[in-house]
Order: sequence, then C-alpha cells, then structure tokens
Amino acid sequence: MTAAKAATGTAIGMSGLTVRFTTRRSRTTALDDVSLDIEPGEFVTIVGPSGCGKSTLLKIVAGLVRPTSGEVSLLERPVRGPQKEIGFVFQKAALLEWRGARANILLQAEMRGMDRTQAARRADELIEMTGLTGFEKALPHELSGGMQQRVALCRALLHSPPVLLMDEPFGALDALTREQMNAELHRIWRETGTTVVLVTHSIAEAVFLGTRVVVMSPRPGRIIRTFPVELPAHRDYAQVMSDPRFDRLATDLRGLLGSAAANH
Amino acid sequence: MTENSLDTAGRQAATDQAGAARTATSGPARAGTASSTLERGPHDGGRPPRPTLGRRAVALADSLWRPALVLAVFFAAWWFVAAREYVPNYLVPTPGQVWETMTSQWSELARHTLVTLYETVLGFVLAAALGLITAVAIAYSRTLDKALYPIVLFAQVIPKIAIAPLLVVWFGLGLTPKIILAVLIAFFPVVISGVAGLRSTDPELLDLAATMGAGPWRTFRKIRFPNALPHLMAGLKVAVTLAVVGAVVGEFVGASEGLGYVLLLANGNLDAPLLFADLILMSAIGIVLFVLVEIAEALLIPWHASRRAGVSLTTS
Ligand SMILES: Nc1ncnc2c1ncn2[C@@H]1O[C@H](COP(=O)(O)OP(=O)(O)OP(=O)(O)O)[C@@H](O)[C@H]1O
Ligand SMILES: [Mg+2]
Repeated sequence: MTAAKAATGTAIGMSGLTVRFTTRRSRTTALDDVSLDIEPGEFVTIVGPSGCGKSTLLKIVAGLVRPTSGEVSLLERPVRGPQKEIGFVFQKAALLEWRGARANILLQAEMRGMDRTQAARRADELIEMTGLTGFEKALPHELSGGMQQRVALCRALLHSPPVLLMDEPFGALDALTREQMNAELHRIWRETGTTVVLVTHSIAEAVFLGTRVVVMSPRPGRIIRTFPVELPAHRDYAQVMSDPRFDRLATDLRGLLGSAAANH
Repeated sequence: MTENSLDTAGRQAATDQAGAARTATSGPARAGTASSTLERGPHDGGRPPRPTLGRRAVALADSLWRPALVLAVFFAAWWFVAAREYVPNYLVPTPGQVWETMTSQWSELARHTLVTLYETVLGFVLAAALGLITAVAIAYSRTLDKALYPIVLFAQVIPKIAIAPLLVVWFGLGLTPKIILAVLIAFFPVVISGVAGLRSTDPELLDLAATMGAGPWRTFRKIRFPNALPHLMAGLKVAVTLAVVGAVVGEFVGASEGLGYVLLLANGNLDAPLLFADLILMSAIGIVLFVLVEIAEALLIPWHASRRAGVSLTTS
C-alpha cells in the first residue's frame, strides 16, 4: 500500500504557521505560530472552539491555503501548491449534485486517471462498508446529510491515500451512526496505517479515534496543549467508553476547552 | 478560484448564490454535534419512484391546459372583434381569412418559413458556440476578461437595426447578413449566462479537484461545465428567441425571400390576412425552437429538472 512510503520521518511537519486573512472589511489572524510534527501512522485529532482556524490548518497542509508565514511539509516534501497524496473530507460534503452516490465516489478515480475496473471494485467495497448499499444511484439531494458525508468519506478513501485530512466529517450524523462510523474509521486506520488528521467538536470522538489530541485556543488559533491518548491501539467503542483513562482525558479536555473559552 | 470583478447582474447573482450555498450548508454540521438526533438509518428510506408513462401524460396535460385555455380565449376574442367588424377588416382580418390565406398560399409561405428558420438556426448555433467560447475565455482569464468584455458589451449595445443596412452593403442580399445579425443579437445572453454559470462553481469543489491532481481540462469537463449548464441553458433559451428577431430584421433591410420579406410585401399591398399569417409563422418558429431548447435542457440536465420538480411539489 502507498502508506508504506511514509514509514520513515515525519508525515506532516508544520512550523511557525501564521495566517492572516485580509478582506475589504476586516483583518483576521486565523492562526498564530502553530507548530506540530505528525509521525507516519499517527491519528491526530484537533479540537478547538469554532472559528479558531482548524479548517484553515487542514487546508494549509493540503496546499490549498498559503500561510502568511511558516513552513509546512507533507511526506518530507515542502508544500508549495495543492497536494495530491491526500484524501480530503471537507466540512460540508461538497458533492457534485448531478452525480449519483457511486459516480460521486468515482470522481476521485476519473480525476486521477486511475484504472477503472479496479476503482469500481474499490468503490463497491467502500459503499458496502459505509452502509450506502441501495443508494448507489441516488443524487445528493435525495440523500440525508449523514449519507452525503459518507459518500464524501468514500471518495476520500478511494485511492488509498497515505494521508487523510478530515474536517468534521461526522458532524452531520446522528449519535449512533456516528459511533459506527468512528469504529469503521478506526478499523480503516488500523488496517491501512494511513496518517490521519481529523478535526472534530466531539471530545468523545477525539479521544476514541486519536493517538494524540491537539487542543487549540480561540482565535487567533494557537495550540494550547497536545495530549497523548494512552489507550490501546486496537480499540472497541464500548470498552473505551467505560475505560477510566478515557474519562480522565475527556474531563481534562473539557476543562481545558472551557477555561480557554472563558479567558477569551 | 480567482474572482474577477466586473459588475454584471449575472455574475453578482452567481456569487450571491455561492455565498448562500455556503451559509446554508454550514448549519447542519453544527447542529448534529450537539446530541443525538433521530435520522434515517443506512438502509431504510427510498428514492422517489420513476414517473410512468401514464403519469407523464397526466403531467403533460396538467401543464398544457392553462396555456391552451388562454390561447382559446384569445382566438375567440379576435374572432369576435373581427367578425363583428368593430375594427375594419382591412386592418384586422378574421381568423378564417387568415386560415384561408395560410392554406391557399401554403407552398410559398412554407418556403419563406424554411428560409427564416434556416437563418435563425444557423445564427443561433453559431452564437451558442461563439458565446460559449467567449464565456470560457472570460471566466478563466483575467486578461481576456478585461480585453473581451468591452467588445462583447459594444456588440450588444449597438442597435442591430442600425447596422443591418451596413451588413447588406458588405455582404449583399444573400443569407449572410441575416445570419450575422442573428448571431450578433443572440450572442450576448449566451456569454452572460455562460460566465455566470462557470463562475458559480463552489470554491470547495475546485479545492477538491486540486487535491485530486486534476488538470484544468478535467476540472472543466467534470466539474465546471456541468455545473454551468443550468445557467447556460437559461441563456440559450433567451438567445434562441432573439435569433428569430435578428433574422427577420436582416430580411427587412434587404432580401428576396424569408418571412421578413413577405411581411414587407404584405404591408405594402395592405394584405392584412397575409400579414397576420406571416406573423403567426414567425412566432411559431420562435416557439418551436424555444421548446426544442427546453427539451434539450431536460435531457442534458435531468438532475436540475428533478430538483425543480421536487421543489414545486411542496410549493404548488
Ligand atoms: N478565505 C477566507 N477569507 C477571510 N477569512 C477567512 C477565510 N477563511 C477563514 N477565514 C477566517 O479565519 C478564521 C478561521 O476559520 P476556520 O474556518 O479555519 O475556522 P474553524 O476552526 O474551522 O471553525 P469551525 O469550527 O466553525 O469550522 C475565521 O475567523 C474565518 O472567518
Ligand atoms: Mg471548520
């Protein structure tokens, strides 16, 4: 698998990232001096208040936003323009409204010029795995928000990328489906060794999925602390929820996020 | 991604739409994080059934009875006014007289109709092709935007009727000046709608395309062009009706055939029935071509139509 390529060195390196947005009406500092190194195979989850620059951070790693200052590298190479060794799941599903679910997933293959039959087989696997069976031909407006997001996830996984960037992928799901998707994503990550960076507002999700949880401050976004998650690599949802270490970490995170918001 | 700034209604609408879409979709993501909301499970819930032939016929009848009624009332009123001679017959003939002229001179009228139809269709097709190319150039290149927009605008604001004689001087009495006029008049709505459509692409989709390593041509073919189609088809519908006007104006100025030429003849001879028959044929060309574009639209962008249908179910 392609992920093996990234087995040495850092998968993602960020140093001194600062981003200022200047619009006609205002100047916003979205990120302030953010540095973070992510090892290959890590699952880093990022939590922080709304508007603190989490989406911006992911887009910088993908090469879609250029930082005002600072350096980023992906798989040991400096990020200059848009990166293609990644799978990106946007905060909203961003589907083509004229394509059915399966065709939306296969967009990834068409845009990359991948082998068609192989891509089609992989797409069917992913559809099955994410419970989209029976909705292959449904247009986005015929799908629920959660299903749309699952289509976007399948699309991001189609080419088995070594790095997966996810921006609140399960925000639109109900709690139960969300747990299932978390467990599924955990399994995919374990099996593929993909490096994942996932932004979320759910503390439970951040702890269950992450090998490391990064907490950001309100705007301008800084990294307040990173917590290693001392849970086994192979996790079971029910087990994790009843684990005292989960409780302790979740309480710490909640406290930190709460005080950060209060001091703001 | 580069949002060039030139103030036209179409582009404004396009950016507004993109903005609205952005704000509209940021909502549910937030809401879902709060706590469990009951949502459809992965396997239940179905898609709306495909319409059967019977249902389609009912839908067609449903959409046709209103215009048919209006037309019937119109003809009844016309017949009433003309038959009672509230207006003298040499000004407004009865529907019967018009019908008689139409049938007795059918072969002649058909020939002239075909000429005008030919000029219109050719003019429209050329306008659509040129308009689309221009729209792509404007939407993709800032330089071409600045360079082409003044020319496009100039071509639009110059009164076509005023340059028609010039075109006749340049190109003679043949079909060429009529086709050029049809192109000139139909070109503008294609460009405006094409640019609006191409610019309305969700920036997130373009970001997505960039992370897929796709070049500009693939991005155009798979994302930007299909996304622009609903806008573009709206522009083409306007353009096709305008192309008829262009062709007829061309015939007014100097021609030996075509419906515009017949109109001038009938006018000179105070032949009101022929004049009316001619007008009806002109409108028929416009209506038929418009309907053809609508059918093309339904075939090309069924997703758009089904979406509209879904909306109208709840509002009507
Ligand atoms: N293209 C842009 N132009 C101007 N300002 C921007 C742009 N993108 C983001 N911002 C600003 O940068 C800040 C961070 O935005 P970002 O979307 O990264 O936040 P976020 O942490 O993802 O928030 P949320 O949790 O609500 O998704 C916000 O204040 C936003 O207004
Ligand atoms: Mg965000």
